[in-house]
Amino acid sequence: MEQSDDKTIGQSDNKTNPFEPRILAFLCNWCSYAGADLAGVSRFQYPTTFRVIRVPCSGRINPLYIIKALQSGFDGVLVSGCHPGDCHYISGNYFARRRFALLKKFLEYLGIEPERVQFSWVSAAEGARFAKVVKQVTDDIRKCGPMNYFKKNRNFVERVL
Amino acid sequence: MKRAEHEIRSNVGKLLKQKKIDVFIGYEKGTLPLRTSPCFVSSEKEARKLIWNSFCTNNLAVYLPHIMSRVKNKRSTRVGIICKGCDSRSLVELIKEKQLTRDQIYIIGISCSGMVDYKRILSQVNSDEVIGVDETADEITVRSKEGERVFSKEENLCEPCRTCKHAVPTVYDMLIRTAQQPRQATTSDSTVHDFLMKPREERWQILEQELGQCIRCYACRNACPNCYCKECFAEQTKPRWFGVTTDLTDIIFYHTIRIFHQAGRCVDCGACVRACPMNINLRLFTRMLVDEVKERFGYEPGVAPEELQPLATYSAKDKQDFMIEPE
Ligand code: SF4
Ligand code: SF4
Ligand code: SF4
Repeated sequence: MEQSDDKTIGQSDNKTNPFEPRILAFLCNWCSYAGADLAGVSRFQYPTTFRVIRVPCSGRINPLYIIKALQSGFDGVLVSGCHPGDCHYISGNYFARRRFALLKKFLEYLGIEPERVQFSWVSAAEGARFAKVVKQVTDDIRKCGPMNYFKKNRNFVERVL
Repeated sequence: MKRAEHEIRSNVGKLLKQKKIDVFIGYEKGTLPLRTSPCFVSSEKEARKLIWNSFCTNNLAVYLPHIMSRVKNKRSTRVGIICKGCDSRSLVELIKEKQLTRDQIYIIGISCSGMVDYKRILSQVNSDEVIGVDETADEITVRSKEGERVFSKEENLCEPCRTCKHAVPTVYDMLIRTAQQPRQATTSDSTVHDFLMKPREERWQILEQELGQCIRCYACRNACPNCYCKECFAEQTKPRWFGVTTDLTDIIFYHTIRIFHQAGRCVDCGACVRACPMNINLRLFTRMLVDEVKERFGYEPGVAPEELQPLATYSAKDKQDFMIEPE
């Protein structure tokens, strides 16, 4: 996947560019990662806001990773895996779906915008769908603005440690 | 109350004498007024110190995973325990999680009429001057140097007890009834609903206010029967998931994950809330997952021993309304 220069992301150049969010994407190896690859190979245009981490399965995602990503300064997180029934490990995404349903509701309840943590299914053949997902998630998170209320104050850390 | 106490003592004495159990976990008189403390009893004589009143709040199930992982002879060890409704539900979940087997424990169930929030009562009297406490079916009488004050139990119940629907233990070997009717709440809990009525920003603000007082003593974790992990994420160093600081985001990180780890397992016993030295209203957050799990998966922890835990299973038909479908 094409990635743009880090400096242009995560900060707004208030003259021309709107706020460019920084989004962490966990993509499962067998479907969504291949879908992202296909989107790239097919030269679909989509925003360069994603940083991808490849994981074996969406079922591998521990809610810890998502909270950690937000605390570390990402403006949003996307987890994407194989469509139900297509999981390489048969049921990983089914278990994940239950966990994600609770997590998403829970974070929303606590007061985090629901758009910041999103989940999708993208198969290896759905390059176009992947591009659309990126676009939609980016738009959603752009509307929310920078995640500043849960970002760890790095100065504090540097001062203390 | 007195009769229940007497029954507990004589039954535990008998069980220990007949060697049906090796040790019994119950409550004894606390060192402060309106308090009780958990105790371990291993002889008939010791059984006389067991008590039962409306302040037996600790969830005793918390001790079992630790005991079971330490005993040498797992087959022949049998632990007796006294359980209120919520404690027994915790036990059911622990059995499902294979922390113990049903035949390793002997449960004396007690049909619970609700526990009284001692902090609430102590806030209304001068605790230094309390001389004695008496209890009838509906009232607590606190005697202090200033005289006597009577409190209604109903008005001073612990928060979760108000809406408790399973006050009679769901598993037991022997059931003891108190003079009072077991609690059977008719109203449902509105904590979550009320909180959700507030705008998002306000919810986050309340969360920051509540959790901002946290001193990270981890008492809430230690009091919870579900938190038996040998190595908790909060103390892992490889990787260290979040900083050992007083940064508010680190505190929120801890609570979000700790509470999420109870999804589908939390029996809403309130032990975490009561353990908190800072009086943080953790239930505002734990209760959300209790409600959500019930609504989404129709699961109530500890009620049906044969049912699988919601996150340990799945259905192909689970709702996925929360996932994005790009047009
Ligand atoms: S999280 Fe709190 S209320 Fe829930 S089971 Fe644990 S101690 Fe009880
Ligand atoms: S907070 Fe989570 S990791 Fe820690 S003891 Fe509880 S269940 Fe285990
Ligand atoms: S018991 Fe209270 S102060 Fe201690 S870690 Fe839990 S919430 Fe924080």
